[in-house]
Amino acid sequence: MSVLIDNTDLTLRLAGHFREAEALLASGSPELMNLPRKKAFQDFIAQGIPTRKSENYKYTNLQPAFAREYHFLHQRPKIDFKPGEIFRCDVPQLDTHLVILLNGWYYEENSPLAGLPDGVFLGSLEEAARKYPELVAQHYGSLAETVADPLVALNTALARDGYFLYVPKNVRIDKPIQVINLLLADSDAYVTQRNLVVAEPGAEVKLILCDHTLNLNNYLNNSVTEILIDENASVDYYTIQNQHNQSASVNSVYIRQMENSHVTTNTISLHGGLIRNNLKVIIDGENSEANVYGMTFLDRKQHVDNFTQIVHAKPHCQSNQLYKNVLDEESSGAFTGQIYVMRDAQKINAYQRNNNLLLTDKALMQTKPQLIIEADDVKCSHGATIGQIDEEALFYLRARGIEEKQARLMLMNAFAYEVIRQVKVEPLRDRINELIEKRLRGEISRCHECAYHCNC
Amino acid sequence: MEDQDRILHEVTQREYKYGFYTDIETEIIEKGLNEEVIRTIWEKKNEPDFMLEFRLNAYRKWLKMEMPDWAYLKIPPIDYQAISYYAAPKKNPKYESLDQVDPELLETFNKLGIPLEEQKHLAGVAVDAVIDSVSVKTTFKETLAEKGIIFCSFSEALQEHPDLVRKYIGMAVPVADNYFAALNSAVFSDGSFCYIPKGVRCPMELSTYFRINAANTGQFERTLIVADEDSYVSYLEGCTAPMRDENQLHAAVVEIIALDRAEVKYSTVQNWYPGDKDGKGGIYNFVTKRGVCRGESSKISWTQVETGSAITWKYPSCILLGNNSVGEFYSVALTNHHQQADTGTKMIHLGKNTRSTIVSKGISAGVSDNSYRGLVKVMPGAVNSRNFSQCDSLLLGDKCGAHTFPYIEVGNKSSVVEHEATTSKIGEDQIFYCNQRGISTEDAIAMIVNGYAREVLNKLPMEFAVEAQKLLEISLEGSVG
Repeated sequence: MSVLIDNTDLTLRLAGHFREAEALLASGSPELMNLPRKKAFQDFIAQGIPTRKSENYKYTNLQPAFAREYHFLHQRPKIDFKPGEIFRCDVPQLDTHLVILLNGWYYEENSPLAGLPDGVFLGSLEEAARKYPELVAQHYGSLAETVADPLVALNTALARDGYFLYVPKNVRIDKPIQVINLLLADSDAYVTQRNLVVAEPGAEVKLILCDHTLNLNNYLNNSVTEILIDENASVDYYTIQNQHNQSASVNSVYIRQMENSHVTTNTISLHGGLIRNNLKVIIDGENSEANVYGMTFLDRKQHVDNFTQIVHAKPHCQSNQLYKNVLDEESSGAFTGQIYVMRDAQKINAYQRNNNLLLTDKALMQTKPQLIIEADDVKCSHGATIGQIDEEALFYLRARGIEEKQARLMLMNAFAYEVIRQVKVEPLRDRINELIEKRLRGEISRCHECAYHCNC
Repeated sequence: MEDQDRILHEVTQREYKYGFYTDIETEIIEKGLNEEVIRTIWEKKNEPDFMLEFRLNAYRKWLKMEMPDWAYLKIPPIDYQAISYYAAPKKNPKYESLDQVDPELLETFNKLGIPLEEQKHLAGVAVDAVIDSVSVKTTFKETLAEKGIIFCSFSEALQEHPDLVRKYIGMAVPVADNYFAALNSAVFSDGSFCYIPKGVRCPMELSTYFRINAANTGQFERTLIVADEDSYVSYLEGCTAPMRDENQLHAAVVEIIALDRAEVKYSTVQNWYPGDKDGKGGIYNFVTKRGVCRGESSKISWTQVETGSAITWKYPSCILLGNNSVGEFYSVALTNHHQQADTGTKMIHLGKNTRSTIVSKGISAGVSDNSYRGLVKVMPGAVNSRNFSQCDSLLLGDKCGAHTFPYIEVGNKSSVVEHEATTSKIGEDQIFYCNQRGISTEDAIAMIVNGYAREVLNKLPMEFAVEAQKLLEISLEGSVG
């Protein structure tokens, strides 16, 4: 019972906060972001902060994260901040169009982006909503339903800024776009980030998202990203999560694809106290393909939950899902993957696989692969394994004179590489691979390149 | 295609052959549920005092519970006050010999192909026949008694072995385990009880046959099987019901307790009336089945062939408490027309070196929905445990659904859990291959479906396997995906 009471208390606390902040939120925001606020908040109240009793959050308890007192960042942060000094991207030879988001806000001092093709917009969502209200209004909130997820509802109610990327018809951006999300506040902070990506017909773009925390305060980050991919367009979306152990992060990504489009997502979680990644891909056009990958390394008491849904609404499409977890110490991992083939969406190939390695007796893995199939001419399968390194493979290597520790490392590396090789940006792939190798060898036990050598 | 449509049409037109109703004089109590009704049932059955407490406790807990809504089922609201909770064939409830059994009743069981007459008996199956949740006849009792095996109706067990029942009832399925189990615990009228003493290998298959006959009643029976150390028993269960336009509720509980090195094999062929082709009528089948492997190296094996019921909600489970214990679940679930099934298993690994196997084969046709839902949970202490699960779905038609909802939770590093699931239809190439060799489309499909389900059918005792195979053929020969 106490959980229920707590939940009501927390929800009420947020309700109180929302009433106080409502005017502030509304005053600075463009009309189209203000419109859905009220209803979104009602939807949030109706659902409450999810408990483990709600099926979609069965394996992730958000209560402790919400129970802390946070400072809400409803205004553009005024922090004296030189990105070059406190943070630099440490991937060598990675040539990208780079922008920084600070605490969910598009950082105004971002250096102007040179070399982006004509017509491409990359910038603040708030600014875009003023400049191109029709374009943004058409898509804002079109995928992220506030009735379906309380965190999406809360995000919509509190959203102020994030990034907006618009790639016009038949424009191909060769250099990847890199978005760095930094969390840096004076006190424990609740961060809301709302992003929108629109790829017009024939557009092609690669996005790299990097999540970092820059000090040791507690953060609760709730971000929602909507990605619309029109006909013949192609979007690659890589996320690298590297936050400290006191941070909690809920990322919801919604993707809709039209005919002949192509999407690849790859979510690599290297660090984070509590990470929940929601990913929903609606394949709403024929001959489209979605590839969804994820790799997670966990130790201490970290918790990572990948929650994916692939909706096949149209025939002749293909989807692949591959998620892998390596769990060490007392960490816990969760995976929920749903393939939903709607009626009359025939000729679908949909595959899903989830493999997990448990390295200790205190680690816990929970997985929930699901198939909901309502069309008959389909090939759908899922497989899930939880276990250890294959003893036979280990024996094979040892029989060839490789010592056990080394052999184990090789096998774990190979285990991870199946996901990593799907990263199509070479310098990034090499760097991730290197980080993972180090991580497996136990050489880095903290967020890499973190200035604070904390032991959190 | 035309051929396929025709065959599919034939399948949809086929009628349920056990849908007759027998005019037996039946004693039915008033509709409705309250403490008074529970007391009436208790009095009518002349049960020991602890049972009243057990029933009332369950009822009070049930009142506070809500009907579960997590299953992938559309369950129309059920009015629990519009059901009569006790219906029994009138006449002497106990029979010394077959001559005393109501000839109508005998006729019923003969029609169903249930051998109550011992001399005509097949290869030694002892039957406990339950009609409208009251046990009417148990065969071969004396033969079994020689070995010390107790096999009788639940009511009889409560009279003659109250201590045994008291010791084990609710051990696998606590009274408030879930909504339907609580309801059953409150109002169950009869069922079967079976006790296999230490070191005894039961010489024949034991069988319970359930039949709903009366209208507007629910059937709530309870089966309790206790296998003492080093014993073995194979238990069969079958069921049918008349065709009616209204839905009838069936909420049963089966509990199995296996002590050290005991083995219990439980097989079900469920063929309740599934409703007509428009989805009218049919049985709502909400069943809680659970076995506890209490002793080390014990084994519980569930095999089920589910072809009936309008709605099936059933998860035969194993709690693997003893070290080295083994749980198995083999299932074929077939849905047609408007049937809905949400069925699967739970394997809870608590003991060391425990092993479990799950093989589930779903077949959906018509506009039905067929879901597998299962949990494999390996607790931190269950080191070196092993599970393998395989859930396949076969779709016959483009209006039906096949769904898989496994839950896997592993809490230690030495256990290995594997799960795989596939969904597909019968390939045109497979049919073509058979056609080329002179096998008609209809036969080809029967062959393919049979082959698909064989892995599970092989686990059934022989007589049952034949019946199950026939059932599948009746429903499926010729359906082309």
